[in-house]
Amino acid sequence: MTELSMKKNVSIQEQPEEERESVFEAQGVNLWYGQTQALHNIHLKQREQEVTAVIGPSGCGKSTYLKTLNRMVEMNPEVRISGNISYRGRNIFSRRFPVEELRTRVGMVFQKPNPFPKSVFENVAYGPKIHGIRDKQLLEQIVEESLKGAAIWEEVKDRLHENAFGLSGGQQQRLCIARCLAVEPDVILMDEPTSALDPKSTMKVEELVRELKETYSIMIVTHNMQQAARISDRTAFFLNGEVVECDTTDRIFSNPSDDRTEDYITGRFG
Amino acid sequence: MASSTNVSNLIAEQRSKSKRRKLEKLVPFILAGAASISVLTTAGILLTLMVETVMFFSEVSFREFFTSTDMQPLNRSDPSFSILPLLSATLLSTVIAMFVAVPVGLTTAVYLSEYATDKARRVLKPIVEVLAGIPTIVYGFFAFTFVTPVLREIIPMLDRTNILSPGIVMGIMIIPMVASLSEDALSSVPNSMREGAMAFGATKFEAVVRVVIPAAISGIIASFVLGISRAIGETMIVTIASGSNKNLTFDITQSMQTMTAYIVEVTSGDAGAGTTAYYSLYAVAITLFFFTLAMNMLAKWISKRFREVY
Ligand SMILES: Nc1ncnc2c1ncn2[C@@H]1O[C@H](COP(=O)(O)OP(=O)(O)OP(=O)(O)O)[C@@H](O)[C@H]1O
Ligand SMILES: [Mg+2]
Repeated sequence: MTELSMKKNVSIQEQPEEERESVFEAQGVNLWYGQTQALHNIHLKQREQEVTAVIGPSGCGKSTYLKTLNRMVEMNPEVRISGNISYRGRNIFSRRFPVEELRTRVGMVFQKPNPFPKSVFENVAYGPKIHGIRDKQLLEQIVEESLKGAAIWEEVKDRLHENAFGLSGGQQQRLCIARCLAVEPDVILMDEPTSALDPKSTMKVEELVRELKETYSIMIVTHNMQQAARISDRTAFFLNGEVVECDTTDRIFSNPSDDRTEDYITGRFG
Repeated sequence: MASSTNVSNLIAEQRSKSKRRKLEKLVPFILAGAASISVLTTAGILLTLMVETVMFFSEVSFREFFTSTDMQPLNRSDPSFSILPLLSATLLSTVIAMFVAVPVGLTTAVYLSEYATDKARRVLKPIVEVLAGIPTIVYGFFAFTFVTPVLREIIPMLDRTNILSPGIVMGIMIIPMVASLSEDALSSVPNSMREGAMAFGATKFEAVVRVVIPAAISGIIASFVLGISRAIGETMIVTIASGSNKNLTFDITQSMQTMTAYIVEVTSGDAGAGTTAYYSLYAVAITLFFFTLAMNMLAKWISKRFREVY
């Protein structure tokens, strides 16, 4: 696999300068929950070391799209998908691409913080452990680095062995981010990670996202236009299960090419 | 609205009727009376047990009862009283039962809560629960006339009455209890835990073993403890299938008598009222009572102490 992706690297780096290598590429994706279609013919790229904000009114398919990328959406037996999504050149629906491997490369942070009812340490060590890392020293190192990476180390370093439910909502969310970093993913999907947080914790998570994009590609769903403008490089506007427009965040917020985008970001509907 | 028959006046009139108020005062007493029936019954049982137990220990020493190894209550010339043979039978049968009930019950619970489709669950759950509704005498009969002969084919040295067969059958009887209580505990683990677990590339089974079961562990252990309590108190199956040898042994192929079976034997036998054998019933019964009480309290404590609030 590494050899394949290396070759891919080379070929894509020959493309025009502004184009970073794409991590995810969706082509003509349709998705149905039973009879109702939630995604219509989605074409979207996620590029390396970029933050893409996904915006759009409630029910337009943002969460559905995110969960399609790590195939969590298929946990619902009613779901049917057509079209193509490739992750670093590999078809994610291929039988030869185990879903566990995909999810190890593509981490997810949920809208509501969902730590496990275990200690802070065990929460972060969970991912490495299921992937077979047993060495205690190594685990301790991973936990510390991940917690530092999620900007929560200072707050929890003295309570690593207390139950994670004792943390505040904002701390829990950053713990979930740390848990996600511990398996060293390539992409991080975040579904409204700050919607359950107060402004101060929100700022912290936003700062964190800006730092993380040095290393990771991030796709973040948000209902907060300022947030999208503050932290993202590109913005995709979803409406009724379609991508109306996807462009640099500057362009979307200053000079969108579609009227519906303008209406939405100026608060005229949605 | 200003008329004298407006609603608030009517209500005030009704409210002031003394009959209603009297009834209102009576209600708590009626309810408390109903509630006290079970409290009083428990207290009454305990009191009777204690009085007769005191009688017993005036004739047999504490030390003999709890540390000697011979149990021959009906021996006219030289009776001896030790609870240890009965205790060993009770503990053995309970351990055997839990060896059956815990793995099968927990596996069933995991299947029902994590893997079964809605349709499968709707068919399977009632079937599992039917097991709980079978009268214990039927289980006893099943142990004696079916399980024991089958086991004797495999283990020729097995006695015709033995502790192994009723232990296994008791385990089967307890499966639904363990399965259904554990299933409740597992299904109350929120889906966000499963999603969280699988989002890092855990397989479904890894998510179940590493996250869902640990999250539900208090309820699961409580179900085991209640199962143990049930096994300790189970009477009919052992009375029928384990015989009446008061052996202090850990050989599961032998005939042994549990505390409960002993009580049945002595009550239905010819130990006359007032004899030491008769009083020994109460000493055994109170020991049994404390064991099951302790188990029930332990289960309560576990599920309270370790309950996760999601
Ligand atoms: N499990 C499901 N079963 C059936 N329909 C679903 C399911 N989940 C989502 N949908 C439908 O799919 C559409 C897209 O839902 P989705 O959750 O992706 O929206 P969203 O953009 O994330 O909205 P929000 O901003 O409110 O989170 C909605 O019309 C929703 O009703
Ligand atoms: Mg959503």
